[in-house]
Amino acid sequence: MDVGLFGQYVANGLMLGVIYAMVAVGFTLFFGVLDVIKFSHGDVLTAGAFAGLATYGGLQALGFASPAVQLLIMLLVAVAAMAFLGALIAKYLVLPLRTAPPLNTLLLTLMLGAALRECVRLFYPQGANPKPFPRLLPQDAVALGSFMLRLDNALLLLGGLAAIAAVHFVITRTKLGLAIRAVAQDAETARIMGIDFERVVLLTFALGSGLAALAGIMNGLYYSEINFSIGLLLGVIGFSAAVVGGLGNIYGAILGGFLFAGLQTAGAVLLPALLPQLPSAYKDVFAFAAVIAFMAWRPTGLIAEKTAERV
Amino acid sequence: MSALPGIASIAAMALYAAFFLHAESQAQVLGLVALAVVGVPVLARVGWIARTATSLEAHPLAARSASVAALAATIALFHDQHFVMLMLASVALYSVACLGLTLQFGYAGVVNFAGAAFLGVGGYTSAVLGPHVPHALVLLIGGLLAALVGSILILPILRTRGHYAALITVAFGILFRSFVEVNDALGGPQGLQVKGMNLFGWELNSPLRDLSFYANYVFVGLALAAAAFVLVRRLERSWVGLNLDAVRLDETAAAVFGIDVARWKILAFTCGNFFTGIAGAAYAMMTGFVAPNSFTFGDSLILVSIVLLGGLGSAWGVPLAAGIVLIVPEKLQALQEYRFLLYAMLVIVILLARPQGLIARPAREYFPK
Repeated sequence: MDVGLFGQYVANGLMLGVIYAMVAVGFTLFFGVLDVIKFSHGDVLTAGAFAGLATYGGLQALGFASPAVQLLIMLLVAVAAMAFLGALIAKYLVLPLRTAPPLNTLLLTLMLGAALRECVRLFYPQGANPKPFPRLLPQDAVALGSFMLRLDNALLLLGGLAAIAAVHFVITRTKLGLAIRAVAQDAETARIMGIDFERVVLLTFALGSGLAALAGIMNGLYYSEINFSIGLLLGVIGFSAAVVGGLGNIYGAILGGFLFAGLQTAGAVLLPALLPQLPSAYKDVFAFAAVIAFMAWRPTGLIAEKTAERV
Repeated sequence: MSALPGIASIAAMALYAAFFLHAESQAQVLGLVALAVVGVPVLARVGWIARTATSLEAHPLAARSASVAALAATIALFHDQHFVMLMLASVALYSVACLGLTLQFGYAGVVNFAGAAFLGVGGYTSAVLGPHVPHALVLLIGGLLAALVGSILILPILRTRGHYAALITVAFGILFRSFVEVNDALGGPQGLQVKGMNLFGWELNSPLRDLSFYANYVFVGLALAAAAFVLVRRLERSWVGLNLDAVRLDETAAAVFGIDVARWKILAFTCGNFFTGIAGAAYAMMTGFVAPNSFTFGDSLILVSIVLLGGLGSAWGVPLAAGIVLIVPEKLQALQEYRFLLYAMLVIVILLARPQGLIARPAREYFPK
């Protein structure tokens, strides 16, 4: 295989990896503070992408033409709206079910995800059709040997990494982050220490959902198209990545995201090379089979939660 | 406590179901939904539902006879309507699958978010074997194959817990769907045609007299559902059910008392998949085709929501919840686009208002009266 093509695959894998990692970080944050899996996360991502698209439409109508300004405002609106939505979901749907069995929370958020998806499909103008997403990043490409480095991809990759780094900074270096880690470790003790439990939970959900909105817009910019059901598969993949990495651990989620993207890319490249009769469409089969095999090998993920069971 | 309140309630429910199935205009359907949404909490408030429950528990024979009579009356009333018969048969077959899931979720506490995949194994079995093998055998092989395919997952499921185990089944569900979609031998995205069921020379697709031909499938579906129901109830009451409960409630404690946790989890998981596979095989023969799009993650969720809505581990809740989950969206047809949204919101409201499910599983009685 020539270097250019190989570079293309690597770039593609990295790009997918950063998006998956952003979704996975959300899952792992929510699991950390509340021990719940919020399955509507993928659909919050969809809603974020559509919020960005709607803002773009509004800005076009108002006559702002500069792509940089447009992108900035889109990001602000989408992230703020989804952060608010995430906090609302936490307050009115997830927190009231704290005492119920975890399965109920799982089903409730799954249904919420379906409701969000349906809302986008029904209430966004022609929401059932795929929507072209504006190309707001410079489209130039730099030739590195036989590998064409597209500038927009490089920018997206850097942006995603910066977002993850920013979340990491918030978690490890700020007072809010300290509170989040305290609640994750032991909610009861955190409360005794004067941490406002509900506020921390709501802010965590806002943080994770804002990150999902960002991932949604990046996904739109990368593929130049979005539709109402992108969140379904992205949600499952983000969940897989978070679990493979080890729930509750932010490094695990990032690692899991890149690992899953690597598996998918490897499946798409290697399967046809090794077994010519298999089409590359088997890449998802390969990736999910690898996840199952991996879980059999490392049942608590790459970076295991530190728990000791008291009997 | 007399049996009257129980029988009266079953009769009222049958009457309600008949009106609901008969309702043509959207106003009637919505009115009936509203009646249930308002009426059931009111009945619960005045204590009628509790009285019904005690009365039915005290008179199990009356409860069963009244249910059978109500079902027979419903079938007699709608015997020539394809749509209603198709609905009833679907509810019966979904009940079989969900009773299988009840064994897994409700008793052993093994989560399974790949129900649709096991339905699919059964369905594709009847598509491939249908033309060559007697159909009673096909149903059996469908169930066995589902159990066999499920055994791939046993090792990872035994090693993981909680959300980690949930992921394995989620991943398997998606894997199955992607697999049948790209596999040309199994028809790819278009899927395969399935021959109608033929049991010992009885061609189910040819109607008996003036009955809808779906009525035949209603009979077969009800027979399967009754068998599954009796089996699950017997298992629940037996020492097997006791062991499964112990495993679900506290694995460590169960292991300390010498219960082989792995063995009971494997038993529940395999039996559950067997039921689901049989239901899938029969369902495919009824609808006449199988396609990857009928076995998505969303379809697995429908199965799980039936189990949870009915009440985790409650065998009586399964048919009731299956009826609500399958029939209500179909009847809201004129709302067309909005029905899935309404349905999702309905499930959310029920989960918030009644987290233990519609018919909560009663505490085990160690000393039967």
